[in-house]
Amino acid sequence: MGRRPRRRVAVVGAGMTLFMRRALETGKELAYYAASQALESAGVRLRDVQAVVMATAPDAFDGVHMKGEWLLDGAGGVRRPYLRAYVGGGSGVFSIISGWSLVASGLCDLALVVAEEKMSSCQPHPQAAFLTIFDHILERPLGPNLLWIFALEQQRYMAAYGIRNEDIALVSVKNKRNALAHPCAQVAADLTVRDVLASEVVAWPVHRLMVSPVSDGAAAVVLAAEDLAPRLTDRPVWIQGVGWSLDTSYWGNRDLAYPRYVERAARMAYAMAGITEPRRQIHIAEPYDPFAYKELHHLEGLLLADRGKAPEDLAAGRFDRTGELPSCPSGGLMGVGNPIAAAGLMKVCELFWQLRQEAGARQVPGNPERGVAQAWGDLMQIGTVVVLGVR
Amino acid sequence: MARPRLSRETPAAPPRAPRGTPLSDEEMARASVASWTPALEYAWDAGEAISRFLAGLRDGRILGVRCRACGRTVTPPRVFCELDFRPMDEWVELPDTGTINTFSICYITWDMKPLRRPQIPAVIEIDGTSPRGGFLHLIGGVRGRTVEEIRRQIAVGTPVRAVWKPAARRTGAITDILHFAPVKSHVRP
Repeated sequence: MGRRPRRRVAVVGAGMTLFMRRALETGKELAYYAASQALESAGVRLRDVQAVVMATAPDAFDGVHMKGEWLLDGAGGVRRPYLRAYVGGGSGVFSIISGWSLVASGLCDLALVVAEEKMSSCQPHPQAAFLTIFDHILERPLGPNLLWIFALEQQRYMAAYGIRNEDIALVSVKNKRNALAHPCAQVAADLTVRDVLASEVVAWPVHRLMVSPVSDGAAAVVLAAEDLAPRLTDRPVWIQGVGWSLDTSYWGNRDLAYPRYVERAARMAYAMAGITEPRRQIHIAEPYDPFAYKELHHLEGLLLADRGKAPEDLAAGRFDRTGELPSCPSGGLMGVGNPIAAAGLMKVCELFWQLRQEAGARQVPGNPERGVAQAWGDLMQIGTVVVLGVR
Repeated sequence: MARPRLSRETPAAPPRAPRGTPLSDEEMARASVASWTPALEYAWDAGEAISRFLAGLRDGRILGVRCRACGRTVTPPRVFCELDFRPMDEWVELPDTGTINTFSICYITWDMKPLRRPQIPAVIEIDGTSPRGGFLHLIGGVRGRTVEEIRRQIAVGTPVRAVWKPAARRTGAITDILHFAPVKSHVRP
């Protein structure tokens, strides 16, 4: 597409809750804490907000039909334009794309974007909610579970490029270690590749420590129009580009070794941002990492590594916090946790804090000026991408 | 929409400690909760294309469809080509053989209970389709339970053949194929 809307939009505030295996708080309460923190950090009140976007993944987690409407009170959506952005695991980044479209179009000048997930309510295990993503006639009779699709994709990725499981286990090591510096992290740890491979095989080639946890949590950002943002902060973080794309739901007919839909989404966002050489022009990446191999898979789809070569770059330290292209400096889903929709927006919050030099112990050295966040989901078929920068 | 009149324009507040109250295992056991076990039932129509596909399975045949615009032959069948957005041009009967596009050896159930005998899900590329024209099914006919034992017998690229239920027991379901089994013993290089 390569179109560039005329009105620019900035992120001017961000907030998030702890990510937890099980929170005492309800979904509305989690949403409220993240939203109010984001508003406070932007120096605005809810009455200033003209529209609210809410992201939250399957209703089945909560057992509440139309939970977007149910959560609206906690997201600040009462008595104003409100919409739910929902594309499964891609929802967190899709929410800021939706908020951006409201402000960039001129429909409003100040918008609040909230993402919440409370997976722990679903018993005996939230995987039950994922069983319903499989085709009800051709796949569910085979007795599938969510891990299958990740294990199948990881194995295809490994077989296509000759990648070893040790190379993939290193993602868990890096991200769980990065998360030690994140005050909201649920599963931060100092581990070795040997520890990861010593954890039990859940669905070969996937080991337990290559899977992100079940989580409760929320995150939020405040978006302001071009002329309003400088009145709110000296350091607005601009949304330079957005992109998203979905591939066919006949996932057995797709190339599982390469996420082409992520590439399409990235190309759309990069064109809008004027990025022609992503590896040089992007300084931080927050690719979606619900499973260890997904970070590598997505770095390739984002055109930040050659196909099949992201593991080599990882092993060489290129994606470390102090490396050439820090990837998941937050600690990602593997370290901070994975409350589905909130995890995607957590990545946007991380870029906001990193680009403002507010990331504390997680701060990436140098002066990063541009970052990309990406999420992924549905039946392995959506890529959502946002490029943020200080200019 | 009117411009927002900001109710205050103060510098951003200093970062506040993140909220949230993680419950320990012991606290979870004592937490105040309400429970509900839904009883929902669905009767799904298979539709035009999948009804015909399922009827084919009952007869021991795997059917696909072809689009002349993009040249693809795919299965499972569909009445329209999602790329060209036009009707599929013809039905084709495919052989019941293929290759393993990818597979897993799964040791847990959906609710994370251990499986003594692992399931081996796989994407099977059915012979006669365009590259990667396959669907999800299970691999059977392999001995052993460990990753090592199973990987000695199958790999990405291993040729497989459908193992059918006896004709009298078929119902017109994906499970009319019991599983796909390796065509010949495969030795990993």
